[in-house]
Amino acid sequence: MTGNVIEVNNLEYAYGSVKAVDDISFTVKQGEIFSFLGPNGAGKSTVINVLTTLRKIQKGEARVNGYDVAKESKSVRRSIGIVFQMLCLDHEMTVSENLEYHGKIYSMPKKERKERIEELLKLTELEGKRDTLGKELSGGMKRRLELARGLMTKPAVLFLDEPTVGFDIQTRMRMWEYLREIKREGTTIFLTTHYMEEADQLSDRISIIDHGKIIVTGSAEELKNKLGKDLIYLETSNNKIAAEILRSLNSVKTVTEDTKSLRVMIGENVTHALPQIMEKIREEGIDITTVNIKKPSMDDVFVHYTGHGLREGDTKEKYDGMETEGVSE
Amino acid sequence: MSFEFRAIYWREMLKFFRFKSVLFSSLIQPVMWLAFFGLAMSDSFDQLTSLIPDIPGVPKVDYLSYMGAGIIAMDVLFSSLFGGTTLMFDKKFSLLRETLASPVPRSHIILGIGLSGVTKAFIQTFIIIGFGKLIGMDFFKGYTLTETFIAFSGIMLLVAIFSLGFLFLSGSIAITIENPEGMQSILTLLSMPLFFVSNALYPIDAFPAVLKFLSMFNPLTLLADGIRYFSLGSNFSVMGNHYIYTTADISVSFLGLIFFALAMLSAAIWRFNKVNI
Repeated sequence: MTGNVIEVNNLEYAYGSVKAVDDISFTVKQGEIFSFLGPNGAGKSTVINVLTTLRKIQKGEARVNGYDVAKESKSVRRSIGIVFQMLCLDHEMTVSENLEYHGKIYSMPKKERKERIEELLKLTELEGKRDTLGKELSGGMKRRLELARGLMTKPAVLFLDEPTVGFDIQTRMRMWEYLREIKREGTTIFLTTHYMEEADQLSDRISIIDHGKIIVTGSAEELKNKLGKDLIYLETSNNKIAAEILRSLNSVKTVTEDTKSLRVMIGENVTHALPQIMEKIREEGIDITTVNIKKPSMDDVFVHYTGHGLREGDTKEKYDGMETEGVSE
Repeated sequence: MSFEFRAIYWREMLKFFRFKSVLFSSLIQPVMWLAFFGLAMSDSFDQLTSLIPDIPGVPKVDYLSYMGAGIIAMDVLFSSLFGGTTLMFDKKFSLLRETLASPVPRSHIILGIGLSGVTKAFIQTFIIIGFGKLIGMDFFKGYTLTETFIAFSGIMLLVAIFSLGFLFLSGSIAITIENPEGMQSILTLLSMPLFFVSNALYPIDAFPAVLKFLSMFNPLTLLADGIRYFSLGSNFSVMGNHYIYTTADISVSFLGLIFFALAMLSAAIWRFNKVNI
């Protein structure tokens, strides 16, 4: 083992003539939480479906837990756990029966099943609900049960496709806690999300994915630092000219023009750079109406690398219907 | 050797006993057929045919016993034909995803569903025979204990093969079709000719030639004939019709049903391998 639980080389996947995944390569290390961050339709679910052998690989190469997804799909399946984007629990079976069924279809011995169910009910705090029917659980509990189910076979990697989509922030944060706990126990986690905070707070490493391509990969810190130390929002009486002036300055790394404001990345300490910047702009007779300084966030990173915000990306319906699914409640 | 189909079987049976309304109706329905339709028809038929002189030397069987075999066949037909419906709902509510994403071979899903359907068919057959005996059906009349056991096993074997055939058929439709209404209408369409162009409820001797010919290939006829051979004997008369079942006849029943079940199995495997998640 190279220490990489997932290795993907030049993966491509097309639905007919529409390329959903376009020449993607990446690795996921043993024991880390790795996120694919991108808008709906970016190709995230397709990558998961290929890695979990639900869809046949078309082009390129992918190995999960050392097994080739094209040739050793059964071994791949035995190595992984999946939490699907859409809730898929049997509502007519109880919590423990749902887990029991999962253990049975993976041929786990009876004793091991019993022990694992107890461990997982404890981990996901569903001990009191073991005999409750699936349909009587709240949305968050259903998701936790799915999480427990995904972990039933002690997989080397746990795949989660948009695990918290449609949940309120409390439920989502609780879910993150469980995922961190699972990571502490040594399970590698691969997740897709279109929530910035989720990628930011949870992941060891993030790949930003857009239009089927990986734009950039790194830890949240690295990605933010690449943008610059600080970020200044400026609103001026003439953004166009102001942008040109700013680009000529050494302290400025990049300038992005939004509809109303300028987004200026600073390479050095903002407290020294800002007075100079303001002076230069004023010299050209341009008024500055608003100044706002902040540390770069994941949103800024995303906008910087993709050239658009995630909201905007949401409306892209390029591959819609093929892989975007809502939670049914 | 892998046994994952047992997991599928376990889940199906768990849910069969969980839905009390479905359980109750599927067990009570055949009893009601026998009790109401059977007894009513039997009395009028026997009255009508009482004028027909007996065939000397041939044991006479009343209509209730003749029909009892048909009721078993019919009941197993309906429960098996609709037995695959769970698959459609599993697919619709993405429950099938979990199983399809697991290492379980797809043939095991078919096998698991098939065996659970056979179990249900056994329970129903048992109830019909039990209740039938109670209201005077002549099954296994004059048989020794061993003969009864052999006859009973023969019936169960035929029921199992027949039931598997229709479960595979039903499963293939369920996995292909998207909406419950479509499934319902296809099954209703299928069950009509199967049911009426057979000798389940009445002898086919008086059928028009075409229908008579068709009915010989109907799995329902094959099953009803087989059950009658085992339960009523190889030589009897009912409503003036003389029935003689030879070894060839019973072999045709077995082979025909095995052929049918295998054909449906290949259809099911073909459809299942097409399923994408």
